[in-house]
Amino acid sequence: MDTKNSYTVNNPLNISSSIVTKRAEFLKGIKKALPIVIGYFPIAVSFGVISAQTGIPLFYTVLMSFMVYAGASQFMAANMLGMGILGFEVVFATFILNFRHFIMSMSLMNKLQHLPMLQKVPLSFGITDETFALLSMEGNDDAKDITSFFIAGVMLSAYFSWGLGTLLGGLLSMVIPASIGASMSIGLYAMFIGLLIPSVKDNYRIGILAAISGILCYIFNIYLNSGWAIVMATLVGSFIGTFIVQGE
Amino acid sequence: MQLFFIILGMAIVTFIPRLLPVFIMNNLKLPAWGNKWLKAIPYAALGALIFPGILTVEANLPIVGLLGGLAAILLASLKLQIIYIVFGSIGTVMLLKFFMLQ
Repeated sequence: MDTKNSYTVNNPLNISSSIVTKRAEFLKGIKKALPIVIGYFPIAVSFGVISAQTGIPLFYTVLMSFMVYAGASQFMAANMLGMGILGFEVVFATFILNFRHFIMSMSLMNKLQHLPMLQKVPLSFGITDETFALLSMEGNDDAKDITSFFIAGVMLSAYFSWGLGTLLGGLLSMVIPASIGASMSIGLYAMFIGLLIPSVKDNYRIGILAAISGILCYIFNIYLNSGWAIVMATLVGSFIGTFIVQGE
Repeated sequence: MQLFFIILGMAIVTFIPRLLPVFIMNNLKLPAWGNKWLKAIPYAALGALIFPGILTVEANLPIVGLLGGLAAILLASLKLQIIYIVFGSIGTVMLLKFFMLQ
C-alpha cells in the first residue's frame, strides 16, 4: 500500500495520517455507493417479503442474502423452493445465473492488479452487477488511485443495504406488499445509464459498443436464460468492441 | 437443515466465479489485445445489463421502462450526479405508472 501520499508532506506522523487517509477513502466509498444502497434496499425488502410468503423461515431468508448475496438468483431460488424443488437444481440454476460475475471479476481484477492479493480475496465477494459497474468507471485515467478502503466502503454499503433490506422485508412480510420494489427497479437501470453516458460523451464509439451488446443480449435472451444472455452478450459485444473503439 | 445446505451450495457456486479471477489475474501480463478486450467488458456489460432488462420495469408496459431510461439519459447528459439521475428516473416511472395504469 502506498500510504505515503500528500498527507505526509504536512503531517510528520505517518501512522495517523495513513489512518486518516484510509478512513477518508472508506467514507468516500460509502458516499459513492449511495445510488446502489438506494437501489438495493427496496428490492431486498421485496425479496424478504416474497421469501417469507413462500414459507422460507426468516433466519434462512436473511442468511441467504448474507451468504449468497446475488439478487436475481435469490428470487429464483425462493421461487423454486416454493415449488417444492429442494435439491441440486437450485444450486445449479444459481451457478448458471451468477456465472456472469466471473467475466466481470476478470475485468475488474485486471484493473486492480496494483492491490495485494490478500485484500482482493475478501473484496471479490462483493462483486455484483452494480458494484462492478461502479468500480469499473472509477479512476479511468489512473486505476492505481483506487484503494482497497474505497472499494470496501462501496461494497460493504451495498452488502448491508441488501442484507438489512431483506431482514426488514422478512419482518414486515405481513404488512407490506411484495410489489414495493417494482417502481424502484428503474433506479438501478438509471444508475447503469448514469455510469455509461459520461464515457459515451467522451467517445461516441463506446455508445455503439454498448448498443451492440444490448441488442446481442436481446437476441440471446430469446434462446438462453438471462444470466447466460448477459455473459454471451458481454463477451461477444466487448470482442467486437475492441475493433470499434480505437485508441488507448 | 436441508435448506441450509442448499443455501451453502448456492453461496459456494456464487463465490467461486467471483473469487477465481483474483488468482488468474495476479501479476498476469496480458497481450495488448487481451487488455483491450478486458477494458471493453464494462461497457459491453453495461449495455447488456441495461437492455433488454429495462423493458421489464413494468412487465405489461415496456414503454414505461424505456421512458424511464430516456429520462436517465437526459439527466445524465446534464452531467448531474448519479443519485439525481436515479431519483429523476424513479420519479418519471412513478408518474408514468400513475397516469398509464389506472
